[in-house]
Amino acid sequence: MGVEIKIDHLTKSFGKQMIWGDVSLTVPAGEISVMLGPSGTGKSVLLKTLIGLLKPDSGSVIIEGTDIASCPEKELYEIRKLFGVLFQDGAMFGSMNLYDNVAFPLREHTKKSESEVRDVVMEKMDLVGLLGAEDKLPGEISGGMRKRAGLARALVLDPEIVLFDEPDSGLDPVRTAFLNQLIIDLNAQIDATFLIVTHDINTARTVPDNIGLLYHRHLAMFGPREMLLASEEPVVRQFLNAQRVGPIGMSEEKDADELAAESGQELPPLPPIPMQLEPSNGIPRRSQREPGAWCKENGVTPPPGSFQSADAGLAPGT
Amino acid sequence: MASITSARVLRPVGTAGKLFAFGLDVGRGLFRRPFQLREFLQQAWFIASVTIVPTALVAIPFGAVIALQVGGLIKQFGAQSFTGSASVLAVIQQAGPIATALLIAGAGGSAIAADLGARKIREELDAMMVLGIDPIQRLVVPRVLACMLVAFFLNGLVSVVGVAGGYVFNVILQDGTPGAYIASFTALAQLPDLYIGLIKSLIFGLIAAIVASYKGMSAGGGPKGVGDAVNESVVITFLLLFVVNFVLSTIYLQLVPPKGG
Repeated sequence: MGVEIKIDHLTKSFGKQMIWGDVSLTVPAGEISVMLGPSGTGKSVLLKTLIGLLKPDSGSVIIEGTDIASCPEKELYEIRKLFGVLFQDGAMFGSMNLYDNVAFPLREHTKKSESEVRDVVMEKMDLVGLLGAEDKLPGEISGGMRKRAGLARALVLDPEIVLFDEPDSGLDPVRTAFLNQLIIDLNAQIDATFLIVTHDINTARTVPDNIGLLYHRHLAMFGPREMLLASEEPVVRQFLNAQRVGPIGMSEEKDADELAAESGQELPPLPPIPMQLEPSNGIPRRSQREPGAWCKENGVTPPPGSFQSADAGLAPGT
Repeated sequence: MASITSARVLRPVGTAGKLFAFGLDVGRGLFRRPFQLREFLQQAWFIASVTIVPTALVAIPFGAVIALQVGGLIKQFGAQSFTGSASVLAVIQQAGPIATALLIAGAGGSAIAADLGARKIREELDAMMVLGIDPIQRLVVPRVLACMLVAFFLNGLVSVVGVAGGYVFNVILQDGTPGAYIASFTALAQLPDLYIGLIKSLIFGLIAAIVASYKGMSAGGGPKGVGDAVNESVVITFLLLFVVNFVLSTIYLQLVPPKGG
């Protein structure tokens, strides 16, 4: 049924350079959350901190009562069995074929017989559409296939938390759309907590239940999808609507002059909020909410034309 | 300013400390079950396959050079009958472990560092840790044991091939007496010489594998980082092995009185 991740006042720096500071949020159990941010804001670093590959300077990450940031190594290895992680390039073991890669966690952690292993592996391979490619080596297949194989391996131990590190980087739009649908269907099926790190706006606008935005070394905002998509907060609206006007510049932050020159400028109107992707079998996910429910509860008027189409709602050219 | 200088001066100490800590981790991983037998056998086979032929090829000239040098020198003293003994002493005590060490570090160690380094930068090691598997126990321990095992046997190989090479050169090129060469084996050499050679080779295998694994696993910065890691691991291993060899030889010579005096 998924597990909640509670992040409290987390700070991480490399040497003297602070990556982000004082990040506090709770990734709700069983829901899909997306962590967004301009390139180089430490999204992947955050992900690695959540699984204990990097130690934060201060703060805590609580999962099922255990603090990942400070617990001893032995507990860390135990708690990691709750996780499935899809790395950026799949991180398949180069010396094994896809079948052995996917079977690896089962063989290491369970006492399943080879035929049981085979059943599980084939089921997951089928899920990500890789049946027939079991004998290939990771070096022989395309990046998209490696990613899907990485997903199969991440799912093989029935994780409670699934982390995706840029699932859509380097994939064409069609494959990205399929992958997004796969993520939704998976969530409906296994009810695990999903956290996706990406900078693909399409994904961020249509897939998740919650959105977070890392910007300028802190967490700018984290909350329900509709809250951020309807937000007037300059950073959030600039990023989620892929606009040039706003506080985010080509380099990490714009200088004061540029910002002042822009201050009088009219911000383009918020585009309509798209529908959220639904599971392909039509049965709503447990964590799914009615379109517009959040806006109604909080008295926010969504931009005109919202909740009418499932495309990301970004007019071309903006 | 002072802090920058001191940081720079102290950095090697920090690295040495990390290497030592890594060694301790490996020591702890040694006793953790399940033991990775399959990985151990694969690695032992792999390291053996890349080192056996070069080792034999190095051992022949090594034995020959010692035989020629010692033979020429010893002739002037009129003690040709001791040629065999001197050659055995030199090959088994020094040449064997050193040639083994060079090959284990150069061929085996570099392969280990490159392999682990590539896995590191492709995030394979991270993935492994996330899957709840400790790469030290899963990958490093089998490699260290494999390296030690292969070093142990390579040392035997070098000893045999070196002594045989010495024999051939002594008998054929220097007109030595075959019987005298073999009969004098035990005149100066003794069994503890054989033991120290084997102990040395085990320790050299251990050091080479630990340095290579440590360097490989701390590789960073893309493909270039892997190249650097391999390079550094070979250089550091060579340095360490020669220092350790010196220390061990000194201790041995102090503890075990030479035979025959």
